[in-house]
Amino acid sequence: MVADQGVYVYAITREGGEEPDGLVGVAGEPVRCLVHRGLAAFLTTVSLEEFGEERLRRSMEDLGWLEETARTHHRVVEAVARMRPTAPVRLITVYSGEEQVRELLATRYHEFDSVLSRVAGRWEWGVKAYTVAGVPEPVPELVLEPQGAAPGTAYLNRRRAALRGREADWRRAAERAQAVHDALMGIAVVGRRHRAQDPQLSGRQEPMVLNGAYLVDEERADEFVRTIEGIAGQGVAVELIGPWAPYSFAALEPDGEAACGGPS
Amino acid sequence: MSPAVRSSPYIGDSTPSPYGGRESANLGDILERVLDRGVVIAGDIKVNLLDIELLTIKLRLLIASVETAREMGIDWWEHDPWLTGDNQELAKENATLRRRLATLEETLAVRAEERDAASVGRRSTQAVEHGR
Repeated sequence: MVADQGVYVYAITREGGEEPDGLVGVAGEPVRCLVHRGLAAFLTTVSLEEFGEERLRRSMEDLGWLEETARTHHRVVEAVARMRPTAPVRLITVYSGEEQVRELLATRYHEFDSVLSRVAGRWEWGVKAYTVAGVPEPVPELVLEPQGAAPGTAYLNRRRAALRGREADWRRAAERAQAVHDALMGIAVVGRRHRAQDPQLSGRQEPMVLNGAYLVDEERADEFVRTIEGIAGQGVAVELIGPWAPYSFAALEPDGEAACGGPS
Repeated sequence: MSPAVRSSPYIGDSTPSPYGGRESANLGDILERVLDRGVVIAGDIKVNLLDIELLTIKLRLLIASVETAREMGIDWWEHDPWLTGDNQELAKENATLRRRLATLEETLAVRAEERDAASVGRRSTQAVEHGR
């Protein structure tokens, strides 16, 4: 390996099985498969000029570059996941060379093996729930305000009423979100609630009350989707996104199942 | 009620290949997954994101969830009583303001009375002077 080159890793999977054809990876370079001791890593040789720390510090600020890299990474992960059980690797994981990747596959074999067994035949579904504005309750401000009350008092009363309404919406939605989560946990193998997304990320004005990820058996996907359709509405708006490669369920832990139980 | 479920194109599609049109996946959802989840491999690694200070303002704002934003100190909403629903604080502030207003009004009223009294006094003095 040339000194100023590194190996960018997208995903770890098992040896054998179909291989995605002609995948183009980051920096427009081809994706290839490195097999070692029963496991396989999908990777691309990259220049450390572009994928070195110094340069990345600047590149990560460039949203155009970041978007392209993130989408490319994701496309490779999903292409692999379509064909084999897959553990997606965090964006921008670069090794100095293939020898280091082989070493990784050998030394962490059991952890990868346990992750891959857990996600095989299963997909991750993302479920996001948002508050919806409730039916406006009659606001008693006109009754409460004595004739000739100061305009400031009227304003405060209106703000209080609006606030109470919003709190009620929030409480209703949070309870509903918990019910949605509980219902989905009944179908999913495991699930976890990620922290809620900021409106700038979610692209919606309404506060997010549930940002869940659920690992679901392939054969129960329809049931999962139907369940969501059945419980949507009634105080929350629900978005279903997926299926995804098991990004949220690939954590390497000696005790695999425990990695999925707790909050993120 | 508006449609509550935003289905991805593959939902309800009975074909077993679920991945058509993935390219249209929301960038925020992709970033959340590739930056925040997925296997983090420590060890003999040349470069990974943990080494890189990710926290540029643009990126912070893009991927900040409420909790990370709070960690970063972008927590103005926690101190805004309109947003936190902290009515007690509001009521206290309101009461204080009312008290101050009442005091001010009282002071003004007293001063106005004094002024009236003074000007009446002046006028009568003037009248007396006139009459002299």
